[in-house]
Amino acid sequence: MSEFLYVYRGGNRAALSPEQIQQVMQKWMTWMQGLAEKGHLKDRGHPLEAAGKLVSGRTKNVTDGPYVEKDLVGGYSLIEARDLAQAAELSRGCPILEYDGSVEIRPIMQM
Amino acid sequence: MDPALRNPLWRKVGGGDPARHDSLEHLFRRESGRLIAALIRVFGVHNLALAEDVVQDALCRALEVWKLRGMPENPAAWLMTTAKNRAVDVLRRERRARAFAPDLERLLESEWTFTPTIEEAFGPYAIRDDELRMMFSCVDPRLAEESQVALILHILCGFGVSEIANAFLSSAAAIEKRIARGKKVLSRSKRLFELSQNEDFQARLSAIQRALYLLFNEGYHGSCTERVVRVELCREAMRLAALLTDHALASIPSTRALLALMCLHAARLPTRVDESGSLSLLTDQDRSQWNTQLIAEGQKLLELSATGEQLSEYHVEAAIAWCHVTASSARDTDWGQIVSLYDTLMAIRPSPVIALNRAIAIAQHEGPERGLAVLRAITDRDRLGTYPFYPIALGEFELQCGRHPAAREHFAVALSLARNPSERKFIERRIEACSVRADGR
Repeated sequence: MSEFLYVYRGGNRAALSPEQIQQVMQKWMTWMQGLAEKGHLKDRGHPLEAAGKLVSGRTKNVTDGPYVEKDLVGGYSLIEARDLAQAAELSRGCPILEYDGSVEIRPIMQM
Repeated sequence: MDPALRNPLWRKVGGGDPARHDSLEHLFRRESGRLIAALIRVFGVHNLALAEDVVQDALCRALEVWKLRGMPENPAAWLMTTAKNRAVDVLRRERRARAFAPDLERLLESEWTFTPTIEEAFGPYAIRDDELRMMFSCVDPRLAEESQVALILHILCGFGVSEIANAFLSSAAAIEKRIARGKKVLSRSKRLFELSQNEDFQARLSAIQRALYLLFNEGYHGSCTERVVRVELCREAMRLAALLTDHALASIPSTRALLALMCLHAARLPTRVDESGSLSLLTDQDRSQWNTQLIAEGQKLLELSATGEQLSEYHVEAAIAWCHVTASSARDTDWGQIVSLYDTLMAIRPSPVIALNRAIAIAQHEGPERGLAVLRAITDRDRLGTYPFYPIALGEFELQCGRHPAAREHFAVALSLARNPSERKFIERRIEACSVRADGR
């Protein structure tokens, strides 16, 4: 088994009603539970605040986030899968895909 | 939390799988009304839009955190705390630039009183009162009844515009317009309506009763096809009516009668549509499926409502519903009593639909020919022109008199007026019944 990072980006929910927001959440819970039951969920990970700082360049210039909303990283999880192909396949159930978001799958480098 | 604050009455409504009725069902929608009420308390009603933004923020935050971290132990309290923290941020940041609740202004200015004031506003008792004040504010006399109902559904029950449009088979644009008009009136009022005994209070209370009655009816008899939607409307009407009966000033006899009426009708909700999806008439329903808890609750409320001098239409309608649910069969029903209750109802609040129901009761009591005569004598029956149950009743009585061609014609008219598949299915069956009996002769 190898480890993979899921990086969640975007996900539009601006115009959703309370009931619809709850439905999105319940889809996430079902999906996460499915991953956990099959032993794929190494770490649930964390959601990230939208606001942050960006430090860059030799000048170590500090600027405020956020960045372009659709590219904004909203959170991450740590997944266990046989290989990259399986990790990608598993991510296809992620509800963020139904709301204009994306999941980036990055293999963790091994020692 | 005080158990009285969590009146479980509405949870009993709808039948089906009891496991689905856990506290998380529609949590976001339900809590959003309570959050708005609390936020309006500190922001002032003129900042309604700001309060709505904060609620949306809190719900989205819950989505982000819970979807990865899982549900907190007390989700409702988590939402309330999140909204409260956000409100504190907004108040601190903008208190010089923006006017908030005028009656709390001084308390929010001083750090000494800021925190206790916020804590009190977000406490369960304050929120219950604020929900009530919000309800009274939504039935502003400047708004049409349908706008009042839409506003209550949107603000107090957390339904989105498209959800309300779906439930009322209306266009989203039309609902949007009603709600926008309602919000404009609301946010221009200086403060929420005060719950104190005065003339205005009585008038507004009547308007709320009416709005909740319409809301319940929309769920019970309404045109929307989705059963879940209709059950939800009934439940919301009962939840809000129960808030009224829990309040010393609002719990007048007619309020109790209204909730009694809702309980007695809701008891029959599981049998209104049969297994094949066809509408099932009261006389054909499986009485063993009626909810005995709701019947008992309704009866208790009806007894409690029997005080004072005013006999409201809700008293009479509840009494009619009580006659039905306590009869062991359609045959054993005291139709004479029901007819005389309809006579009373026609005197208090006449309407063509009530006249139609009265005719149906008369037909049960005195036979179909008499029913037909009464139906044809309804003075404003042209107002029933698009209501399928008028031709259904005509067809039914003609059929009982053995005049099948006439019956079939009425059912054909009814079919063209059917508003949803369960009505359509029911009418198609009645048309079939016409041919079966005609062939059998």
